[in-house]
Amino acid sequence: MKEADLMLKHPLAKYLRQERMPHIWCEGCGNGILLNSFLEGLDELKQNLDRIVVVSGIGCIGRAAGYINVDSFHTTHGRAIPFATGVKLANPNLKVVVISGDGDLFAIGGNHFIHAARRNVDIKVICANNFNYGMTGGQYGPTTPLGSWTTTTPYGNIEHPFNLVHLAAASGAVYVARWTTLQVRRLKNSIKKALQKEGFSLVEVISPCPEIFDRYNKLGTAVDVMKWFKLISQVKHGYDPAKAEVAKNKIIVGEFVDIEKPSYGRLLREMTANVQDKLKGEK
Amino acid sequence: MGMKKKSRSVLSGVHFLSGDLACAEGAIAAGCRFFGGYPITPATEIAERMARRMPEVEGIYVQMEDEIGAIAAVIGASYAGKKAMTATSGPGFSLMQENIGLAVMTEAPLVIVDIMRGGPSTGQPTMPGQQDVMQAKWGSHGDYEIIALTPSSVQEMFDLTIECFNLSEIYRVPVMLLADEIIGHMWERVEIPPAKEIATINRKKPDVSPNEYLPFKPDQNLVPPMACFGEGYHFHATGLTHDETGTPKTVSIEEQSKLVKRLCEKIRKNVDKIVKVEEVMLEDADVAVLAYGITSRAALSAVRKARSIGIKAGLLRLITIWPFPEKLVANIAQQVQAIIVPEMNCGQLVREVERAAKTTAVSLLSKLGEDPHRPIEIVKALRKVTK
Amino acid sequence: MRVEVRFAGFGGQGIIRSGLILSMAACIFSDKNAVQTQSYGPESRGGSCKSEVVISDGEIDFPRVYEPDILVIMSQEAYSRHVKNPKKGAIILVDPNMVAERNDPNNAKIYEIPATEIAGKMGKKIIANVVMLGALTEISHIVDPEAMKNAILQNVPKGTEDLNMAAFEKGAEYGRNVSMQRSAKTLS
Repeated sequence: MKEADLMLKHPLAKYLRQERMPHIWCEGCGNGILLNSFLEGLDELKQNLDRIVVVSGIGCIGRAAGYINVDSFHTTHGRAIPFATGVKLANPNLKVVVISGDGDLFAIGGNHFIHAARRNVDIKVICANNFNYGMTGGQYGPTTPLGSWTTTTPYGNIEHPFNLVHLAAASGAVYVARWTTLQVRRLKNSIKKALQKEGFSLVEVISPCPEIFDRYNKLGTAVDVMKWFKLISQVKHGYDPAKAEVAKNKIIVGEFVDIEKPSYGRLLREMTANVQDKLKGEK
Repeated sequence: MGMKKKSRSVLSGVHFLSGDLACAEGAIAAGCRFFGGYPITPATEIAERMARRMPEVEGIYVQMEDEIGAIAAVIGASYAGKKAMTATSGPGFSLMQENIGLAVMTEAPLVIVDIMRGGPSTGQPTMPGQQDVMQAKWGSHGDYEIIALTPSSVQEMFDLTIECFNLSEIYRVPVMLLADEIIGHMWERVEIPPAKEIATINRKKPDVSPNEYLPFKPDQNLVPPMACFGEGYHFHATGLTHDETGTPKTVSIEEQSKLVKRLCEKIRKNVDKIVKVEEVMLEDADVAVLAYGITSRAALSAVRKARSIGIKAGLLRLITIWPFPEKLVANIAQQVQAIIVPEMNCGQLVREVERAAKTTAVSLLSKLGEDPHRPIEIVKALRKVTK
Repeated sequence: MRVEVRFAGFGGQGIIRSGLILSMAACIFSDKNAVQTQSYGPESRGGSCKSEVVISDGEIDFPRVYEPDILVIMSQEAYSRHVKNPKKGAIILVDPNMVAERNDPNNAKIYEIPATEIAGKMGKKIIANVVMLGALTEISHIVDPEAMKNAILQNVPKGTEDLNMAAFEKGAEYGRNVSMQRSAKTLS
């Protein structure tokens, strides 16, 4: 036996493009937890990996697509969702997952997000929300809390942030959940649920950014941030997403939306079938 | 089985169609089964026809929230294995430039139709222009090559749309059909040939197992065979500079040079195979008119009129404008005293002509607004240079 | 021979449709070539609008019309813009009820066709363009009536075929009459 065969392998190693390791993420970053939760979800659901497509935009978490050993595509900034829309409509047998960040999905890609949710395209969006643009060195974005410090809010942030779960719910998503990277089992379960549901789903993952945002805002180490998540997270399933706050002293987590509604793809296929039937009738 | 099915995708026979409608029919005949659109004058009729026709051929029409989304969806559909297209005009074309770069970088075969109107900005939505010629070549950032064809009749809106799809599939590159408002909205007789007479080409698939497959390893033609999502290859594509495995190479000088040069070379090295022109009465010409699209029809009329008054004029009509047929133009420049270039812009392709023509005199005839050059204006210019 | 035709009026009068019908009659239902181009503003209704047709036995290179042999004028604005300097001997059909101020040139043959009024009496003003096409066919003989009728039938909504054919006949009849009156005038 070769030495390599005797080495213990990570149970999820087969899901990763190991030749691309190490990843580019900072120590203590929540992206690893998010990726792990997604892979565990895939593993537990025994998904056919030939049918999974992971799409990402630009940003730290955007590299996740390149690390997962399935068909994957790393789009331009903000365009993961419309790209994924094209993939899903063109081949409905694929399960299409968008893994991207808050800046990518909700600033430059915000319009695509609300319209994909409105159409109820059957894609699963997992959003790493670290409250800032980490990859470019920590500028404020659409989720940065009021009063926070970033490199482009040197006097404190004067913009109000989006409540992502409220936005998704109001736009028509059929499944909306939020967790922090602390609640890993619940996060994994939500990802599994989204993967099994038909329609547009959002799982928001509040994620530490220890080297940048958390440092600028004196939130302590990654461990401190996890402790803080533990202290202030309140699990409230079925809570009104409009009231599901993300604040210094309170983060409401849970499943906020879980409804049934025909997906765009289904309606499209039904319409096409009707047109085809009509044409056959005309013959 | 055995029953002869009348093709719903190829409407063989004689039709009276507008350029926009003929373009849609050409796309369907070429095998296009995904259209990602956004309405814009004067290209809207393409979207409208596709919305009606796509379900008839079990294809997909989706109207996106903007042109950025439209082309992103088209790239996605292409990677999911469909022949895919979008159609737009100037303002939408501008919005698409970002993802044209992505399509170039990830070598996504797709077709973009730009029915050019008067710009800049919102400009004159219902009026023709040839103002997007340089944008088609250079609109996205970075170095790259694309292919652009310029139809000059409704029949060519059909024929060249098929050609666009074939070229995009061969070279894995976004191919543009650059028409203008007059051609898009003009109605003429169109003959759609029987389906079996329409040559359609599909992208080359990998002939190796998923374990051995390198998604960006080129073949001898410099084009990588293309696996699609869902086929078991588990490959990664990215807009970042990447190696043959698709792995991002964001700091490697070698990989940047290797990839960007190949993206250019796969078109540059095949120019002779790609380029199509029409030469009219050039054999003995003393002076040439070089034109494309709608202005080539005025030029043709002008060349005929000029011949009737004893001026030995000829027409070089470019069907392919990108890659620019530099050699051909250089050859003609050696033969003639002058080249006249009528364009519905302030002078765009004329710069390429000047570059290729070297010492031969090249003069621009610029026209903006509702109408192309009157043939008589081109005749006057011919007269002036032959005096 | 190349014949150039221009229809001009405002959006909503079926100006563009008229050009399509004529060119279709020529290149689909007759043995000729035809090309139709158009020019219109951003308004769907009410803006000025023109539709141009070139018909030829040979190949048509240049598709635009600069000196129409035939002009069909359905609005004041169209009259003011297009009737100033007509080609010598041009045929000009004018809907007199749509054009209040006129200063007819004397080098062209002007025919007054109250198409909108005729269509109104038939209960549908919107078919004025078909009335006009009837008159145009009889006055210009640019295409056969049968070809024109076939083209009209291809271009009207289902269920309105009879009405449109009736409108065509009314226009044709009116056209025949004014044609005869003009010939009589020329002879006397």
